[in-house]
Amino acid sequence: MKKMILALTLLSSIMTYAQSDKYTTAMQKNLDMFDSAKTTVDFQGVAAAFERIGDAEKTQWLPYYYAGLALTMPGWTDTKLDKDANAERIKTLCDKADGLAKDNADKAEILAVKNMAATQQMLVDPQSRWSSYGQEGAGYLSKAKQLNPNNPRLYYLEGAGIFGTPEQFGGGKTKAKPVLQKAVELYKADQPKPLYPRWGQKQAEDMLAQCQ
Amino acid sequence: MGAIGLMMASQLYSQTVIHGKLKDNKGRPIPGASVSIKDSYDGGVADSLGTYKFSTTEKGDQILIATNIGYRSFEQKITIGSQPIVVDIMLKEELSELKAVTVISGSFAAGDTKRAATVLNSIDVVTVGGGNADITAAVKTLPGAQQIGESGELFVRGGTGNETKQFIDGTLVNNPYYTSVPDLATRGRFSPFLFKGTVFSAGGYSALYGEALSSALILESIDLPERSAASLGVSPIILTGGFQDLAKDKRSSWGVNYGYVNLIAYFNIVKQQPDYFKMPEFHNGDANFRFKTKRGGMVKYYTTFSYSKLGLRRPDVDSAALKDAFGLKNLNWYNNLSWRENLGNGWKMNLGLGYSTNTDNITQQLQDHNNQQVFPNQPWAFAKNYTVKTIQQLSQAKAVLEKKLFGISTIRFGGEYLYWVNDNTYNGTSTRLIDNFQSVFAETDIYVTNDLAAKIGGRFENSSLINRTNLAPRISLAYKVGTGAQVSAAYGIFYQKPENTQLIFTTNLEYTKATHYILTYQKSTNDRIFRTEIFYKKYDDLIKAEPISNYYSLYNNTGNGYAKGIEFFWRDKKSVKNFDYWISYSYLDTKRNYLNYTEQLRPDFAAPHTLSIVTKRFFTDIKTGFNFTYTYATGRPYYDFMYDGNGKYTIADRGTTKSFHNLGFSVNYVPSIGRTNPKLFWVLVGSVTNVLGYDFVYGYNYSFNGLNKEPIGPPAKRFYFIGAFFSWGVDRTQDAINNNL
Repeated sequence: MKKMILALTLLSSIMTYAQSDKYTTAMQKNLDMFDSAKTTVDFQGVAAAFERIGDAEKTQWLPYYYAGLALTMPGWTDTKLDKDANAERIKTLCDKADGLAKDNADKAEILAVKNMAATQQMLVDPQSRWSSYGQEGAGYLSKAKQLNPNNPRLYYLEGAGIFGTPEQFGGGKTKAKPVLQKAVELYKADQPKPLYPRWGQKQAEDMLAQCQ
Repeated sequence: MGAIGLMMASQLYSQTVIHGKLKDNKGRPIPGASVSIKDSYDGGVADSLGTYKFSTTEKGDQILIATNIGYRSFEQKITIGSQPIVVDIMLKEELSELKAVTVISGSFAAGDTKRAATVLNSIDVVTVGGGNADITAAVKTLPGAQQIGESGELFVRGGTGNETKQFIDGTLVNNPYYTSVPDLATRGRFSPFLFKGTVFSAGGYSALYGEALSSALILESIDLPERSAASLGVSPIILTGGFQDLAKDKRSSWGVNYGYVNLIAYFNIVKQQPDYFKMPEFHNGDANFRFKTKRGGMVKYYTTFSYSKLGLRRPDVDSAALKDAFGLKNLNWYNNLSWRENLGNGWKMNLGLGYSTNTDNITQQLQDHNNQQVFPNQPWAFAKNYTVKTIQQLSQAKAVLEKKLFGISTIRFGGEYLYWVNDNTYNGTSTRLIDNFQSVFAETDIYVTNDLAAKIGGRFENSSLINRTNLAPRISLAYKVGTGAQVSAAYGIFYQKPENTQLIFTTNLEYTKATHYILTYQKSTNDRIFRTEIFYKKYDDLIKAEPISNYYSLYNNTGNGYAKGIEFFWRDKKSVKNFDYWISYSYLDTKRNYLNYTEQLRPDFAAPHTLSIVTKRFFTDIKTGFNFTYTYATGRPYYDFMYDGNGKYTIADRGTTKSFHNLGFSVNYVPSIGRTNPKLFWVLVGSVTNVLGYDFVYGYNYSFNGLNKEPIGPPAKRFYFIGAFFSWGVDRTQDAINNNL
C-alpha cells in the first residue's frame, strides 16, 4: 500500500509537472532552436513552432512575439525572400501578440518587432518607400518609447537605423553614438523575466564600438 | 506496483511520428508550410522537397491541420496510436488580389507603388532629363509614343494626336494641352504632382473609356497631401506660390496655387526664330478640396483657371516680302468633382462630374515689312487673313458601380453623359455644334485561378450630333508564366467621333473606327521590368477629304489604314546603386489613307524606328541628381498635296526628313533630402533640351504653287530652364501614426 501511495504520488507529481511546465519547457526548447537556427527554413520552422504554442495556449503573448521575431531574421538576410509578404506576416503575428499582452512594457516589446518589419519593407526600395514604410517604422518606435522608455531594444533599433543611414541623409556614426550608448546602459540595467526577450545587447555593444 | 506507475508515466511521453508529403494542387512543394496537431504544441514545417515530419506525444483522436499563407487550410481527423502515421496533404491555392495576375496588355500602369509594374510616378516624370516636368514629355519616352517635335501631343502607334485622350479620375479632359500655335510644341495643363498614378495605354484599354481611337492616358489624382505646406517657386520664366492645408485629423484638405509665366526676359537672352510682337504671358490659378467620408470614401474637387496671350510673326512661305502674324488669347476653366465610396456588401461606387470651358481668340494676318496688314489679290493669300473664335464647353457626369462576385472576380458597369457645346466664329460667321453624347458600359474581371485572368467588357455609345450609335467589345486575357512574368493578349474595337473642324462642314459622318490586337510578354520584379509587345491595328471609316476647289473639301468616311509593330521596354533600378535607367524601342509600320492623302501612305507623323534612353543618377554625398534623356527617331515622310483642279489631290512633292536626335539634360540639387522632418524643403532645378545642338527638321511647309518649301523646326535650338522651388511645411505624419496606434 505504501508503495502504491508512493507510486501514485510520484505519478501525479510527474503529471502536474507535465501540465504546468509543459509551456515553459516547450518555449525553452524553441528558444534553443531559435539560437541554433541558420537558414530561412530553420527560422520559418522556429516561427511555426512558436505559433503552435500560441494557438494551443490562447492566452500567452510571448509565443506569437517570438514567432514574429524569428521571421525578422531571414527578413534581413535572405535576398530571395518576398519581403512584403514576410513583413505582413510578422505584423499579423505582432497584432495577435498585442491582443494578448496586458502590460505596456510587453506592448513596447511587440512594437519593436513591428518596427523591424516596417524597416524591412522600407529597405526594398528606400527612395520611394521612405515616406511610407520609413515613417510607419518610426511611428512604432516612438509609440513604444512612450509605453516603456527603459526598453534597451528600442534604442538599439533606433541607433542601428541612424547608423545605417548615410550621413548626408541625417544619419551616420556620430549621430548614432549617443543613442547606442543609451541602449548599452539600459541593457546593463535590464533584468528580463524568464522567457522574456533579451536580444540585442551584443549587437548594440559591437555597433557602439564601431562608432568610437 | 511502482514499476507500473513508472511505465504509465513513460507511456505518457512516448512519441508518435507523423510524416508525409505536402504539395499544392499542381504537385509543387510548398516549403515553409506548417503542419500541426490542432491545439497542441506539436508540429513541423515542410522542407524544400515538400516533406514534413514531426513527432507528437498526443494520443487518440486528433485533428491534423496544415496551413500556409495564400492557401486554404487543410484539416483531417487522425487517430494516434503507437505506430507512425503517414498523411499526404494537398493545399489548394486561394485566389488573392496580391498574388493574382493583373491584365496589363496595352497599358503601362504607373504610380501604384505596391504593384511591381510601376513605371512612372510624379518624381519620375519631373526628373526626365529635358522633359521640363511635362507629363506628356515623360510619357513620350515610353514605347509606342512618337517623337513629334512640332506638337506637344501624344502620337501613339500610327495614330494622330487627336486619337489620344486624357482622363482625370475617370472623366474625359476636353482641352488637356495649352492651345498650340501652328508648328510649335505645346505642353500639358496639369502638373505631375497632382497625380498619384498614371496609366499610359497604347491600346486595348478598358471599356470604361471611350472616344479615343488609339491611346488613353488615365490619370488618378492624389487623395490627401502628406502635410500642410506653403510653397514658392522662382525662376526667370515663372513665379509660383501656393498653400495647402491638411486638417489635424488628416481627414480633409484644401489648397490654392497661382502661377505667372512671362517669357520676355528669357526671349531677350535666348533669341527665338519667330518675332514675338506679344510676349507669351500666362496666368494660372488652381484650387482644390478633398475629404474622406465616414465610410472610408473620398470626395475630391479640383479646379484650374488659365488665361494666356501671345503673338508672333514668321516669314510667309509664299512671299519673301511678307510675314504671317499669329495672335492667340486663351481662357480655360476646368472643374472636376469625384466621389469614390464603399457601399458595403462588396459594392463600390465612383462618381465623376466635370465642367470645362475653353475660349481661343485667334487672329491671323498677312503683314508687310511695316507690320501692316495687307490683302494681296492672289490665290495663295485668300486663306491667310482671318479671325477665329472658338468656345468649347463640356459638361459631363459619369457613374461606375463595382461589385465583387465570387472569389476576387468583379463586375463593373455604369454610364456617362457628355454635353458638348462648340461655338466657332470664323470671320464673323458662327456655327454651333451641340452633342448629347451618352454611353453605357460594363466589364468583368474574371479570375479563373491566380494564374489566369480575363477582362471582358463592352460599351455602347450614342452621339446625337452625328445621330449614330456604336457597340465596342473589349476583351483581354492574362496568363502568369512564372514569378512576376505574364503573357497577355487584348482585342478591342474603338470608336471616335469626327473632329469638330470636320463636323462644322457636315454632321453626316460615321464614327471613325480602330480594331486593336495586342500580345504582351512582361517580366518584372520590384526594381526591374522587361516588356515586349506586338500589335496590329486596323483603321476603318477614317475621315477623307474630297476637294471641290483649292479651299473647300467635302468629308466622308472612306478613309482607312493599318499600323503594326513591335516594342521593347527595359527598366532597371537595381544594378547600380542610385542609378535608374530605362530603354524603349518601338518599330512601327503604318499606312493610312485619310484627309487629303491620295492613297495609303505612311503618315507624316510616323517614324519607323524610335529609341529612348532615360538615365537618372543621384549622388547622395552632393545631394544632386543628374538626368540625361536621349531620343532617336528615323526620318518621317513629308508630302505636298496639291489640288488638281479636277476633284482630286495629287502629290506634287514628297520626301523623308532627316533623323531626329535629342539629348536632354537636367540637374536637381535637393539639400533637404532624407531629413525626417525638414521645416524647409527646397530643390534647385536646371535643365536644357538638345544639349548637342542638333538642327531639327520636323517636316516642310510648301508654298501654294509648290515651288518653295520651308523646313519646320523649333523656335530656338535649345530650351533652358533654371528655377528654385521651396516648401515650408508642418509634417503631421507623426501625429497621424500616434493617433492610429
